[in-house]
Amino acid sequence: MRAVVYVRPRGGVLDPQGQAVVSALKHLDFPEVLDARQGKIIELVLEDGDATKAKERVTQMCEQLLANTVIEDYQVKIEA
Amino acid sequence: MKAAVIVFPGSNCDRDAICALRDHTTPDVYRVWHRDTSLPKVDLVFIPGGFSYGDYLRSGAVAARSPIMSAIKDHAERGGLVAGICNGFQVLTEARLLPGALMRNAGLKFVCKSVDLVVENTQTPFSSAYEGQPATTIPVAHHDGNFFADDQVLDRMEGEGQVVFRYVQNPNGSARNIAGIINDKGNVLGMMPHPERAVDPLTGETGGLPFFESLAGAFS
Repeated sequence: MRAVVYVRPRGGVLDPQGQAVVSALKHLDFPEVLDARQGKIIELVLEDGDATKAKERVTQMCEQLLANTVIEDYQVKIEA
Repeated sequence: MKAAVIVFPGSNCDRDAICALRDHTTPDVYRVWHRDTSLPKVDLVFIPGGFSYGDYLRSGAVAARSPIMSAIKDHAERGGLVAGICNGFQVLTEARLLPGALMRNAGLKFVCKSVDLVVENTQTPFSSAYEGQPATTIPVAHHDGNFFADDQVLDRMEGEGQVVFRYVQNPNGSARNIAGIINDKGNVLGMMPHPERAVDPLTGETGGLPFFESLAGAFS
């Protein structure tokens, strides 16, 4: 079983890296880009088991280590 | 007064910290490896600068979950002093011993230079020797020094004198020019500037000397 964790800067938190991406894309002639938020994806390979339980456990991992909830939001997806 | 300097893989200011502490605070300084699970009997725990665990995941994130951290949390809960400089400050926010977080510098560049600071609170064991000299100059060297906390948290910190050092010219985008803070109990301090690099005229400046003298005074 696999879990994918998406971590992004929280809304309202300035994201200097996202801002740099916007400015580079505009420079490359993509004026339609209004905003960018840069985060990270963490893929976990888990022992097979109950998906609901796994989601609970991965959420605990996010709270304890994978995300800093002062500045980041996270989302967990369990894949069979 | 006894002090312990914590060493993580990737710490690189531990030796400077030990020298500054020995010369200006106390001759009794222990070096403690991050995998240890207990501290020697000390009054001060010093978490030095560096790039613990290569800044993987987030600066200070992995170090903040090291085996030694639960002993440091117990020490802080008992009222023992804890100072975190640069990466040490990042570790203390990640460990939730201090509020807020340190994000990538707003200019996206590593900033390495001497900065002018205002000492906002001299009523702490880390800053008492700055009494009567509200401005000082101490070097910074970091990529993730952009302090962030919600406005509500910032307002509360300002109201309770928890902002100890503030930049005169903001080098990294920090909220309200914050360079160093203390917890509400007044025994855990984190700051991005490196006082241990400014204690000897031989290396250029001495703006960090009162930091170590304050700690010496706290136990005299």
